[in-house]
Amino acid sequence: MDQLDLARWQFGITTVYHYVFVPITIGLSVLVAVLETAYVRTGKEHYKRAAKFWGKLFLINFAIGVATGLVQEFQFGMAWSDYSRYVGDVFGAPLAIEALLAFFLESTFLGLWIFGWDKLPKWAHAACMWIVAIGTMLSAYFILAANSWMQHPVGYRINPDSGRAELTDFVAVLTNSTLLSAFPHVLFACFMTGAALMIGVSAWHLARRRHQDVMRPSFRLASWVMLVAAVGVVISGDMQARIMTEQQPMKMAAAEALYDTVAPASFSIFTIGSLDGSDELFSVRVPRLLSFLATATWDGEVEGINDVQREEEAAYGPGDYRPNVPVAYWTFRLMIGTGLLAAAVAAALLVLTGRPGRWIRGLWPRRLAPPDGETVPRRVWRIGVWAIPLPILANSFGWIFTEMGRQPWVVYGMLRTADGVSPSVSAGTVATSLTVFTLLYAVLGVIEFRLLRSYAMAGPEEPAPEKPVDEDAEDAERQLAFAY
Amino acid sequence: MELTTVWFVVLAFLWTGYFFLEGFDFGVGALLPVLGRNDTERRVLINTIGPVWDGNEVWVVAAVGATFAAFPEWYATLLSAFYLPMLLILIALIVRALAFEYRGKRVDPAWQRRWDRCIVFGSVVPAFVWGFVFGNLLAGLPIDADNEFAGSVADLFTLAGLVGGLTTLTLSVLHGAVFLALKTTGDVRTRARTLAGRVLLGALVVTAVALVASDPEPITWATGAAALVALLAAGAANARGREGWAFLGTGAAIVLVSATLFVRLFPDVAPSSLADAYGLTTTNAAATPYTLSIMSWAALAFTPLVLLYQAWTYWVFRKRIGVNDLPPSAGAALASAAK
Repeated sequence: MDQLDLARWQFGITTVYHYVFVPITIGLSVLVAVLETAYVRTGKEHYKRAAKFWGKLFLINFAIGVATGLVQEFQFGMAWSDYSRYVGDVFGAPLAIEALLAFFLESTFLGLWIFGWDKLPKWAHAACMWIVAIGTMLSAYFILAANSWMQHPVGYRINPDSGRAELTDFVAVLTNSTLLSAFPHVLFACFMTGAALMIGVSAWHLARRRHQDVMRPSFRLASWVMLVAAVGVVISGDMQARIMTEQQPMKMAAAEALYDTVAPASFSIFTIGSLDGSDELFSVRVPRLLSFLATATWDGEVEGINDVQREEEAAYGPGDYRPNVPVAYWTFRLMIGTGLLAAAVAAALLVLTGRPGRWIRGLWPRRLAPPDGETVPRRVWRIGVWAIPLPILANSFGWIFTEMGRQPWVVYGMLRTADGVSPSVSAGTVATSLTVFTLLYAVLGVIEFRLLRSYAMAGPEEPAPEKPVDEDAEDAERQLAFAY
Repeated sequence: MELTTVWFVVLAFLWTGYFFLEGFDFGVGALLPVLGRNDTERRVLINTIGPVWDGNEVWVVAAVGATFAAFPEWYATLLSAFYLPMLLILIALIVRALAFEYRGKRVDPAWQRRWDRCIVFGSVVPAFVWGFVFGNLLAGLPIDADNEFAGSVADLFTLAGLVGGLTTLTLSVLHGAVFLALKTTGDVRTRARTLAGRVLLGALVVTAVALVASDPEPITWATGAAALVALLAAGAANARGREGWAFLGTGAAIVLVSATLFVRLFPDVAPSSLADAYGLTTTNAAATPYTLSIMSWAALAFTPLVLLYQAWTYWVFRKRIGVNDLPPSAGAALASAAK
């Protein structure tokens, strides 16, 4: 592998890894804030225990998200210095504003939230988590502004002297049509991810009939969030597909492995064929669906890879402008499939464990008959646990699709990925950091997974027993509410 | 003042804020095995910075992000030239962050010991490497006509780098010791004060050497000398048990050393050791005036807010803590719940 391949693998591995934790952080912060607000408003103790319990899982996850996020900010300069020089005038501003506006908010107010349980008034403590949640969402917005500019550059000019991009309209960058559809798509996907974790863990406890006072409201809240968010993901994803067809026709064609332009275009759910698209061995297709997704009409024309290749050669000179088609094709399908499956699990559980579950309670085969007082067998609850990884996978597939589908460009139509890499950094150096990050991340991943699992399985703390009277009052007053 | 100069000052401010704030929490981390004789004492040390270290760390994220936006060429050259030192810093900051968060999550002495090592490594390494980076930067790097680093890793092992690294490390340790004396009670407090007195001499010597080695101009002679006076004052306050004043003194010393560095650097941001014309300056490394003005409005709007709420955090957690103030760790609660 040469330096370029190594740098790309490094970016891919560190970014996909980082992005396992980010959606959980964004999704859970809002859910924890909602539960704590319910506590402040109703004064019911089980909401407080719920907020504390999910908050603990949130923190275990947040730490690794923040730590791996640092790598992102540094590696543009480290491994992609020519990219940084070329786009810095445009790309740096959203990144810097993210740090100044969003990152400071998250980190500072999270510190207050962790250690401030008895130090702050209840409402102020809940407000801290809301501020953290808003901070994480602002973070997502500015990072997506930077990324959307790479997908569809706007508000810039190329300086004829330096040959580099210069910002001319910051508002255009912040209202990029790509960004306005990507932001809700990503945000709703984050809510699905946080909700899936909550659904899975609470279902695990509910199957054992443990901590029901905390787990039941958590489960219902998360399931509804999951369903609403899934609708949001689908609607915004539909917007995105249309914008992508217009702005990056190659990516849409690759997503479908569509080699020749057709009208109307069918949507392939599953196809096995040769890579160059000449042979199709087996295919399951929905007629006209692709036309609808791409153009919002049932008979619209969708351009094929071969035609876009000819157009791009005419526009940018000779070269291969095709991304890795099997990767684009399969990640696109797996993204949609895993995402929809997560929503389906939540919907099924919600129906079976809710009122409709009571009506059909008697229909379960005797072997599976629900225990007394329950509407579903234990086994059914356990399906919830399998929902946890689904949105995480969907997020990863979605990002791999959108980034790999843009290749060979790093900034679409402007800068090739091969021209962005650091010329002064050797392959050996990148291989070193790639190895170190991969090993370190693997070890940390195992540690975080075990920790998360043990805290999730332990469940919330039981209601505090009455304090013994002989305790030294002064000592008790001095004790911190929380300490590492 | 030119916008490019304004942004050089903003960056100097962000780096200075970082050295001041993360300076003491690096110091606390470095002193973990020295001042914390048992697990409870080590927990006291860690909890003095518990609520604030993450907010402090964002100062470097802001500094690096603002460098990218305001001086893209500087960002690109600096990070690619110092690729391996930056890798070291990243690893250090990653294991350190997780150590704070995970250390108390299980009750197992081996688990605690391993994370403690991560805290020490994660604090000592960046405290040294940042100084190493800036020492090298001030002395000049082999930068060619394309603004690219034309040297190898071996070119970074210079005396200037070593002096720079020792300066930031020693000052951080001193700052951390004084901070601990200010924020703890009992034995830890006494020991921290004694240790601060001992580290002070080393800090004075290293800072003086760094000042002379930086080939000072009249104005940096003045700021450098003022830093030494601040250190002496901090020492005097520490010896009298005036811990608040001592902390202000070491803080002032860090601010003045940082000021000396940036004043000495200006108007260069990365001078070249190959030819004067190749070096990066505040003008040839800068973003366009349009980008700089956007950034200026953002900084003007948000920086005061950040300072305000971070100051509030310090106010909320202003109390000293000691070995009797700590509730059981999350891990202990988990273990007792499992029984």
